[in-house]
Amino acid sequence: MSIGRAIPHESAEGHVTGAALYTDDLVGRYPGCLHAWPVAGMHAHARVLAVHAEDALAMPGVVTVLDAKDVPGENDVGPAKKDETLFPTEIVYWGQPVVWVLAETEEAAKMAALTVRVDVEALPAITSIEQAIEQGSFHTEPGVIARGDAEGALARATHTLSGELFVGGQEHFYLETHASIASVDEAGSVLVQSSTQHPTETQEIVARVLDLPKNQVVVQSLRMGGAFGGKETQANPWAAVAAIGCVKTGRPVRVRLDRMRDFTMSGKRHPFLGRWRIGFDDDGRIEAYDLELFSDGGFSLDLSAPVLHRALFHADNAYYVPHMRVVGRVCKTNACSHTAFRGFGGPQGMIMIEDAIDRIARDRGLPPSAVRERNFYRAGHTTHYEQPLDQADRVARIWGELKASSDFEARAGAIEAFNASSPDRKRGLAITPVKFGISFTAKWYNQAAALVLVYKDGSVQVNHGGTEMGQGLHTKMLQVAAHALGVPLDVVRVMPTRTDKVPNTSATAASSGTDLNGAAVLAACETIRERLAEVAGRVLGTDPGDLVFRDGVVARVDGHGPTASFAEVVSRAYFDRVPLSATGFYRTPGIHFDEKAGRGKPFHYFAYGAAVAEVEVDRFTGMYALRRVDILHDVGDSLSPLVDRGQVEGGFAQGVGWLTQEELWWAPDGRLGTVNASTYKLPTIGECPEEMHVTLLPRATEPGVVHGSKAVGEPPFMLAFAVREALREAVAAFAGRPKLVELASPATAEQVYWAIERLSRGGAVAEEAAQ
Amino acid sequence: MSSLRFTLNGREIDASGADPNTTLLLWLRERGWTGTKEGCAEGECGACAVVLVRRGSDGGARYVPVNSCLFLLASAAGQEILTVEGVAAGALHPVQRAMVELGGSQCGYCTPGFVMSLFAEYYRPGRAEEGFDLESIAGNLCRCTGYRPIREAGRGLPMIADGDAHADRLSRPAPASEPVDYALGARRYFRPTSLAEATALYAAHPDAKVVCGGTDLVVEMNQRLRRFETILSLEAVEELSGFDDGDDALVIGAAVPLSEIEARIGDDPPILAALFPLFSSRLIRNRATLGGNLATASPIGDSPPALLALGAEVVVAGPSGERTIPIAELFTGYRQTALAPGELIARVRIPKPYPSIGRFYKVSKRVHDDISTVAAGFALDLDASGTVRGARLAYGGVAATPVRATAAEQALVGKPFSREAIEDAKAKAATAFTPMTDQRGSAAYRAAMVTSLLDKLWADTGATA
Repeated sequence: MSIGRAIPHESAEGHVTGAALYTDDLVGRYPGCLHAWPVAGMHAHARVLAVHAEDALAMPGVVTVLDAKDVPGENDVGPAKKDETLFPTEIVYWGQPVVWVLAETEEAAKMAALTVRVDVEALPAITSIEQAIEQGSFHTEPGVIARGDAEGALARATHTLSGELFVGGQEHFYLETHASIASVDEAGSVLVQSSTQHPTETQEIVARVLDLPKNQVVVQSLRMGGAFGGKETQANPWAAVAAIGCVKTGRPVRVRLDRMRDFTMSGKRHPFLGRWRIGFDDDGRIEAYDLELFSDGGFSLDLSAPVLHRALFHADNAYYVPHMRVVGRVCKTNACSHTAFRGFGGPQGMIMIEDAIDRIARDRGLPPSAVRERNFYRAGHTTHYEQPLDQADRVARIWGELKASSDFEARAGAIEAFNASSPDRKRGLAITPVKFGISFTAKWYNQAAALVLVYKDGSVQVNHGGTEMGQGLHTKMLQVAAHALGVPLDVVRVMPTRTDKVPNTSATAASSGTDLNGAAVLAACETIRERLAEVAGRVLGTDPGDLVFRDGVVARVDGHGPTASFAEVVSRAYFDRVPLSATGFYRTPGIHFDEKAGRGKPFHYFAYGAAVAEVEVDRFTGMYALRRVDILHDVGDSLSPLVDRGQVEGGFAQGVGWLTQEELWWAPDGRLGTVNASTYKLPTIGECPEEMHVTLLPRATEPGVVHGSKAVGEPPFMLAFAVREALREAVAAFAGRPKLVELASPATAEQVYWAIERLSRGGAVAEEAAQ
Repeated sequence: MSSLRFTLNGREIDASGADPNTTLLLWLRERGWTGTKEGCAEGECGACAVVLVRRGSDGGARYVPVNSCLFLLASAAGQEILTVEGVAAGALHPVQRAMVELGGSQCGYCTPGFVMSLFAEYYRPGRAEEGFDLESIAGNLCRCTGYRPIREAGRGLPMIADGDAHADRLSRPAPASEPVDYALGARRYFRPTSLAEATALYAAHPDAKVVCGGTDLVVEMNQRLRRFETILSLEAVEELSGFDDGDDALVIGAAVPLSEIEARIGDDPPILAALFPLFSSRLIRNRATLGGNLATASPIGDSPPALLALGAEVVVAGPSGERTIPIAELFTGYRQTALAPGELIARVRIPKPYPSIGRFYKVSKRVHDDISTVAAGFALDLDASGTVRGARLAYGGVAATPVRATAAEQALVGKPFSREAIEDAKAKAATAFTPMTDQRGSAAYRAAMVTSLLDKLWADTGATA
């Protein structure tokens, strides 16, 4: 059985030996490859008056400087709409590339780029959500999802509270920065090796800038050194520059951003501003919730509209709200174009109601965990867009099991005792739930195709539309294919993702890679297996329906009678002129959404989980440590437990980074101050809790999904809310039982310090804390 | 001399023709050794880690992991280097096997660096007794796994098997550091082995960029694209590599890697014992030196507040011999020192007895592998009655230079070490500095830390004083 087995990542041996290749490792395979380096505009907003590249062109090794005149097609790489000029006449964010130097070596290109002068006329810039609101600078009209009468219910509610929370963005910090190599292959196609999550879109953008039909452009995404959404649309410009340079010079061209340029030139998780009002009864039951969201989209639309949409869809998290109204709008600012990032707006929508629920609990003097539990969805409930919850009891089940396995109540008591005797260090314990909808909200994206090739010796190649970024998609596809064909794993190869193998693919995103591509791979393999069963039936003198394919052997299901090896059956099929390749296709059934009405079933199903976190905070500095984490997460029936556990833990850790120490800092002039690893701080091993208990929910078969599994990429990210709430508990412990604990996001040591100070000084430090 | 040779994965390599400004990482990748990755190019992520065979403090050969992005290729001259491609001999190495089996890799891009850090830890003498040292991977960033499986891989490493070729290598001496004079065109790299040579070269090349470890300078080269005609590396100067724990002073050579100091001092003085684990990461400390950290004179360098608190002296060597500069007089402005033209930092002298109370605090966004928002070194001398006889309160991150809060010190001296005295010191310290706002923290937070860390000092030591 290859399904459900805890096997290592299919490239793990390549990873540990350095043999696994990434896009930029391929440079040596392109003799004569030129290196591109950008000349960046050092303004958030400015008109380009002139570019002086004469000195650069005279430097040794410099071949050319690419500008708008070199673009054969359209000078635009916008994925959602044509609002991203590749070679701009107007700089719209700080650090935007204006022109690109091509040279024989990276060193020559870098040195030459330093000599290029860009004359500009500075223009007024919008560098914050508040400024955008003030000046009416938006990418979208307001989007609304509403149920009941939120306004009326708020007016009638027993108690009401209101609040505002700004939640910071997040840099993807995939370890592998953006890279592309463009060349013209033996057949005359433009071949772009790109570190992209969405080869089809990269192909489309390259075709657009080159003015070529798509059948002239091939994009290959070999594997990515992490992506997390940051290479869904953001890989396109660099592929386009490489392709334009290649067409202009007739030589291969490599574009690889170093960390600082990757930081400044690529979009991040959207910062959000939320303003909410919530009504509730004496027991903390929510009666009404009104939420207004503003996201910072940056300079272009990119994926900001669906990101905001997902925030609206997830504003409820796991809580039933009878009267609810959420409205959101994407602000247009002079920042890099914010984009997809694990969770895709879900986290920003969910954090608001978690903040509000904590306010309710403290206002009523109730334990936050009790108020959360009291508000869970139950059987018969629908969401605020009236999608029924097939497994409405699952949150409560996970909650109960996790509270028991983490010894929550006893530890809460022990922590209270610890805090009573520890004036300068306080601990906090919290539990939070996650409900996350699975499916692209863009309905047409919910399709996938695969191409499976069986060779005469019985070996198998699997091609599918998904890309491998470390999430283990190829590992799972290997398991699905091997299982369906009844062959050992080592008989099957998953091939690099290429647009000439499987066309018109969707981005590998929205946690959907396995659901969509797995179903497509399964369909293709089943087609082949059915054909082979006919052949084997003839060979073995058995009804094809009585045969099983297992471990490379075809045999009767009752174990009697003759058998044949998979390779023998394949060979026989070839001579019998039975086709040994097949495509598979899958579209997610039953999903629909009426955007005008705000009603429908946008999600195929929901993934659930919960986490308990315990922290300890130092009163003097606000610095803290994560002591213990317990997670119970629902991945359906796990296809690949080692991979799934890795996704749960890794997603959680990334969420913790977002909520705690990963702070993006923009100077008032729109310059990003955190542009590298020394100023932007990912979690290290030091932040990994010494005690970490992660369990995949047993008995969780999801009907209608490949082998009963569930998507796992994004949902665990939001388990990290437990850490934020645990920090809030610890902060509160410094001040008895405060009615309100305000905590900025990210909750850096500094912000935790100010949260404690606010409580001890009664809000007097609010102005100091505002930087 | 214009040849540049070293041993790479057991093979002799001639890298002549490379620019003395290039790094080992760039050269490796250009030559097709692409297993070594660039993740940040400033020594923070460890994806580029490689292992050197270097002489340990006991004279034996050791595997020492370093960031190849901050390692000038010319520094490799005569050295022996192992990359991820050189780890497996036929079958996977035990550290590789552990990473595979436990799910230690997802995207795989950071993995070669982790493998190299774990490899060095695998062969560390003392691992059998002390167990796996988590610090060994604190300089490697992973964005996918959340680290737990990597930690388990480290903790589950087996003991070294008999006949392990990499273990056998350590039974022979590490390569000696020969003098290097490498040139390509007008660009030159010197690596003298004696102080006399070093000062003479500096006198002959007054514009040379002096480097002692490179963990700051090469960041400048990678990020700000700075290039230098002449580089003078002090890493192999014999007189700068001393370590003498004497009766009146601890004397540490300017070129001793911090990790070696860390290993040799043990728990004393507590200020230094607390400093090193918080000083960036092991990968950096394997290259970084006190000489380098002091000469760069960064206001947020970590060693200056500690050394200011310890009342250290800096011995500098120049064309006319040696002189001693009290560390409080070393920093003259933002990234400026009192070094005269031609002078090099030779060693740091920390007088004994050590202060009776010593604390080092570092405020940063994360505990490991970070740069301080504010750092503080506090030293108090109490007499038998508990009266403060001497006080040195030093800070980094609150002014253009590392600096002492002298008025606050005076508020303590002559008084019993008490809550009241601390309050007086806080009042003085509160007005001593006007820190600034940047990406590491707001001015208000920095100002708050100046006094809050004195509260922390009292909380940590007052009860037992």
